[in-house]
Amino acid sequence: MGTLNTTRNVPNADDVYAMLIDAHEGLSKDESDAFNARLILTLINHIGDADVIAQALKVAKG
Amino acid sequence: MTMQDRYPLAYKTYPYARSADQDQPQPAHHPVIVVGGGPIGMALALDLALKGTKVLVLDDHEGIGMGSRAICFAKRPLEILDRLGCGEPVAQKGVVWNVGKVFHGEKQVYEFNLLPESGHKFPAFINLQQPYFEKFILDHVNALQAQGLPLEIRGKNRVDAVVQDADKATLTVMTPDGPYALTADWIIACDGASSPVRDMLGLGFEGEVFKDSFLIADVRMKADFPTERWFWFDPPSKAGASQLLHKQPDDVWRIDFQIGWDADRNSEMKEENIRKRVTDMIGADVPFDLVWSSIYTFQCRRMTKFHDGRVIFAGDAAHQVSPFGARGANSGLQDTENLAWKLQLILEGKATPELLDTYDDERIHGARENILNSTRATDFITPKSEISKIFRDAVLDLSETNDFARPFVNSGRLSVPCIYDGSRLNSADGLPHGPARSRPGAPCPDAPLGDGFLLDRLGAVSDAAFQILAIDADVPDSFAAQGIDCKLLRLSARGNDALRERYLGAAPGAVYLIRPDQHVAARWSAWDAAAATAALGRAIGKEL
Repeated sequence: MGTLNTTRNVPNADDVYAMLIDAHEGLSKDESDAFNARLILTLINHIGDADVIAQALKVAKG
Repeated sequence: MTMQDRYPLAYKTYPYARSADQDQPQPAHHPVIVVGGGPIGMALALDLALKGTKVLVLDDHEGIGMGSRAICFAKRPLEILDRLGCGEPVAQKGVVWNVGKVFHGEKQVYEFNLLPESGHKFPAFINLQQPYFEKFILDHVNALQAQGLPLEIRGKNRVDAVVQDADKATLTVMTPDGPYALTADWIIACDGASSPVRDMLGLGFEGEVFKDSFLIADVRMKADFPTERWFWFDPPSKAGASQLLHKQPDDVWRIDFQIGWDADRNSEMKEENIRKRVTDMIGADVPFDLVWSSIYTFQCRRMTKFHDGRVIFAGDAAHQVSPFGARGANSGLQDTENLAWKLQLILEGKATPELLDTYDDERIHGARENILNSTRATDFITPKSEISKIFRDAVLDLSETNDFARPFVNSGRLSVPCIYDGSRLNSADGLPHGPARSRPGAPCPDAPLGDGFLLDRLGAVSDAAFQILAIDADVPDSFAAQGIDCKLLRLSARGNDALRERYLGAAPGAVYLIRPDQHVAARWSAWDAAAATAALGRAIGKEL
């Protein structure tokens, strides 16, 4: 079973955050929601491991 | 003729006095005229006058403006002022701080420490009310004027027109006695973000306006908050969408409240309304005096070029940032150190005016860095869309319990000195495995040296001379090339670990070529006269 990385893992956090916000530039709220769904599914495929995804879902639930 | 002040003065230091230039049949000529007597104009005028150039400062007011305005001064500007002879009083009066904390509601979600490293003369940051900062510079100028410093300041001299031709620039200057004309070889506009000189030349100032506004209240109170920068998103007091608390000298605290784009300026500026916000924040039982308040909106923008013919722009006149990150005055002072030696070499005929193109290159590089960082911080504090706010709030929510999300929290990334990577004045790194922090383009890191500090010995004050710094390396007793005399400084890193770590790394020795502004132009593992001659030529613009 894989383990979700919950330590700091993005060395250039400001660049990556700006990239994310810029990707939403000009989208309506509905379009942004749909964009986010596609983005999450793409990243889920990258992760691949259902155990890791389950742990991430738990973190997001708070 | 009456001239209305645009703002009240904290110190009336240079009252209007009629100049003999006003009675000349022909316009009097000056080599350099600085427009604007704020901290940037005054530091630049001082730097040039110390080098022997006659400088005239024209200010439309008669002294230093009221209000704290800028409060956070970074290490590099203190080092710049120290080279000019007035860094120590500024640092002594300032409040030293290192730790910043960010809260979401009542919970702390992020903390940074500017990581004080020993072996530096100046701390990472001090807080000081801007009028004090300006007063220390001006006191130093006044003391040197008494000893013959060729720097003249004229109060209530407002520049109303600028025209330039091939040989000179001509200014029309308004005074309480009416207008007069002056000519100059060079005009340096340090006349602030709304630069009238920039408008007179029809030059653009493009960028982004943020749809939000902040109320600043400087309050005097006895409080036991620590000397740290505290920033709240959604503060428990509800006194603003965000709020900032920061200590200044004399028991004065800077408080910023984010009050939104649609806030009613007149109503918000009423004393009872400001007092209510402050009381909501600090509690009804803490007595305080309201020292100064203001409402500001902010923009991130810059000129496409920082000079146009004989007119050069510095500070807010050339670039403007939002205040998050303390990148305004701090970058303006870096403009002054960059410009002073270049203009001095041009005035002495040792460099051509093309060298000013590298003032544009290097300081636009700095402005872009500052605009990028302050735009991102502002986008985080003032999300520009619903989805942007959703992500911002998600970062804050996650950060309450998840450390991994905290690097995304952005309440301002604080000013660090600009490194001129890629500058055409740099030579290829001849010490490629040397410390990155002292690579070509970087400002020299400080280090302890005997009873003092390395930076006390580096850079040029009374001229625009370059320097050869040899650390455990053989160099000749003197070196001059390209019409420039280089001063030599020989040091040893034996028993000086800070010097070794900051300048040698694993290398047994090194030779550095240092610019008059204490930036590294070139470095090598050993002395090479041909390489030094080429690097010096490159550093003064011979290869442009």
